Amino acid sequence: MASRARPLSLAAPALAALLLALVAAPLAAVAWRGAGLSLGPADWAAVRFSATQALLSAVFSTLLAIPVARALARRSFPGRGLLITLMGAPFLLPAVVAVLGLLAVFGRSGLINGALTALGLPPVSIFGLHGVVIAHVFLNLPLATRMILQGWLALPAERIRLAQSLGFTPRETFRHLEWPMLREVAPGIALVILVICLTSFAVVLTLGGGPSATTIELAIYQAVRFEFDLSRAAGLAGVQVALGAAAALAAWTMARPAGFGAGLDRKLALTAPGGWRRGLDGLVLLLAAAFLAMPLWAVVLRGLPGLAELPAPVLPAAGRSVLVALVSASLTTVAALVLALAAARRPSPTIEAAATLPLATSGLVLGTGLFLLLRPFVSPMSLALPVTVLVNMALSLPYLYRILLPEARALQADYGRLADSLALRGLARLRWLVLPRLARPLGFGAGIAAALSMGDLGVIALFAGERQATLPLVVQQLTGAYRIEAAASASLVLVALSFALFWACDAGGRRAGA
Amino acid sequence: MRGAAVLELDHLELVQGPFRLTAHWSAGPGERIAVMGPSGSGKSTLLSAIAGFLPPQSGAVRWQGRDLVGLPPGERPVTILFQDQNLFPHLTIAQNLALGLRPDLRLSPDDRARLEQALARVGLAGLGARRPAQLSGGQASRAALARALLRARPILLLDEPFAALGPALRQEMLDLVDQVARETGALVLLVTHDPGDALALGGRTAFIAEGVVQVPVPTTTLMADPPPALRDYLGRK
Repeated sequence: MASRARPLSLAAPALAALLLALVAAPLAAVAWRGAGLSLGPADWAAVRFSATQALLSAVFSTLLAIPVARALARRSFPGRGLLITLMGAPFLLPAVVAVLGLLAVFGRSGLINGALTALGLPPVSIFGLHGVVIAHVFLNLPLATRMILQGWLALPAERIRLAQSLGFTPRETFRHLEWPMLREVAPGIALVILVICLTSFAVVLTLGGGPSATTIELAIYQAVRFEFDLSRAAGLAGVQVALGAAAALAAWTMARPAGFGAGLDRKLALTAPGGWRRGLDGLVLLLAAAFLAMPLWAVVLRGLPGLAELPAPVLPAAGRSVLVALVSASLTTVAALVLALAAARRPSPTIEAAATLPLATSGLVLGTGLFLLLRPFVSPMSLALPVTVLVNMALSLPYLYRILLPEARALQADYGRLADSLALRGLARLRWLVLPRLARPLGFGAGIAAALSMGDLGVIALFAGERQATLPLVVQQLTGAYRIEAAASASLVLVALSFALFWACDAGGRRAGA
Repeated sequence: MRGAAVLELDHLELVQGPFRLTAHWSAGPGERIAVMGPSGSGKSTLLSAIAGFLPPQSGAVRWQGRDLVGLPPGERPVTILFQDQNLFPHLTIAQNLALGLRPDLRLSPDDRARLEQALARVGLAGLGARRPAQLSGGQASRAALARALLRARPILLLDEPFAALGPALRQEMLDLVDQVARETGALVLLVTHDPGDALALGGRTAFIAEGVVQVPVPTTTLMADPPPALRDYLGRK
């Protein structure tokens, strides 16, 4: 071979191996410690509840997102851009804050029950299975909408023009353009949500609990923090991994490529059908906006008065959270890009494994494993923040990789040969081909990584003492101490910072890609 | 064969799944060779192999005696124009051309002058700031040819880049190809399904039949008395 070794071709496998080790070592520790442990009836109830709530949450979030994304894709109205940006908000919202908002709307003395009581109807409860599912739909519907919307916007203009020239009815457009796209993107999105909900912790901590509504994550946390039963925690973590792996495998077989070719960059929107469909789209958008805005608005109302006198731990915790989010988002984005570009060039089982294995884990699983690994050498508390950065990176990598891989593949398929024939490689290829073409998904992905990291309450809850507390942990501690107004104020700071980070990344990407 | 062979296909064997294609012939400097054959016969496959996108199963592609196998596409003495996607849509026409001079786009004043010259040469003077989507199909082809002119590689591979253009425009493009090839002294290989294109290009034609790229013969001779396979392809009695 006369070709020179390219840095990328060496960097990607090395990086993949490193990331694999980062996840595999804690898993091995968990397996070793938890081996041979038999789970009791309460543990099995936790397994069943985890699976049920995750499945329901994923299905409802994805199905409800389809009409919302379609309405956003084919309608233009003032405030559309703002609405799409706001769609990012609940996902940025740390689960603790979302729960606070939902309690204000659906809780015992919330808006809904206030209205029901006024009408002489019995109140509804937000606690238990349906409460957990509502909270998960609230948190994930916007993410699903935005991801499906990207699929809609990625329909090539040539194909849309062809549909228009053939006089497709809305029904035919759906069948030949939209359905193949949905079939490609929806299973992947449902998987993402399923796994998020399978490992959801903060929502269940507040809205679940008790023998009938405890997830595995919650059971692990209780085993480590309260019972200090590391063997039981490890056993539960093993089950969590098996469940996560099964979910990942199931969705793997469901996703199929749509087979759209490349299109020139001419922008073209779908024809928006009029009549009753127009009214329906409007209604869908209105309902979605109300469902998403009301809890946020409730947090604002409760939190604003206390903003002037924030509790002392809030600001230092905010600084730590931003630092953790920035470092882990940068690391994740670079790692996901390197892996996606390499995998688009040549599929590699190591890369697939490195980008998939974390899906089977969770913050508390990796946390338990790292806890077991570190304890013989150092106090795990002293490494709370570095561990949080690493775990956040490992956990957000699969999402970023999956966002970037189809784009990297399309880039390779459409322009790989042209770039190769012009000897465009290394930094020049990165600057003139990869970054401009992938700016949008890169910005979106970096924003998601920053948001995930900013709002994380998994691993830090296991590790942190007073001095390493991140902002979500402070919010959770304030909520736990029934300082609800202070919790809402701290939440506002957290929300503002998360939102600013996501917006900066996403808007930056959209501007650079425009 | 005129002159010393510069491009040598030496017992070249290409395999893609069940598909198999062989070629064993050579071409001299500055020659014009049309590659014809039914669709699916492997015209593009042959060009892919010469350009370096498809490693051969066996045999060699030699340029001036040097085996090109293993050399990455960008380092081969080759410029290739594809059926479409010859320009990056997010870059301006000037940037697309500049990639042919310096992949990092750091142009010297001298490079800039050459770029402007090339644009003018293909009739696109003043359009350097546009993006590909703002050009017509013919203009996009001209831009791609301008880049070929700048790169000045000794082999110019044309994989039906003008197939979507009308007959008059296609003739115009072939004239432009002729000029570009004359200026750079390039050996031209043109994939086409139109005997008119092959005749307009001049030179020889390699017909592909039953998995073999035949030794190219002068196009006028070939068309005057086509062998049975070509006769079937052309639909002549």
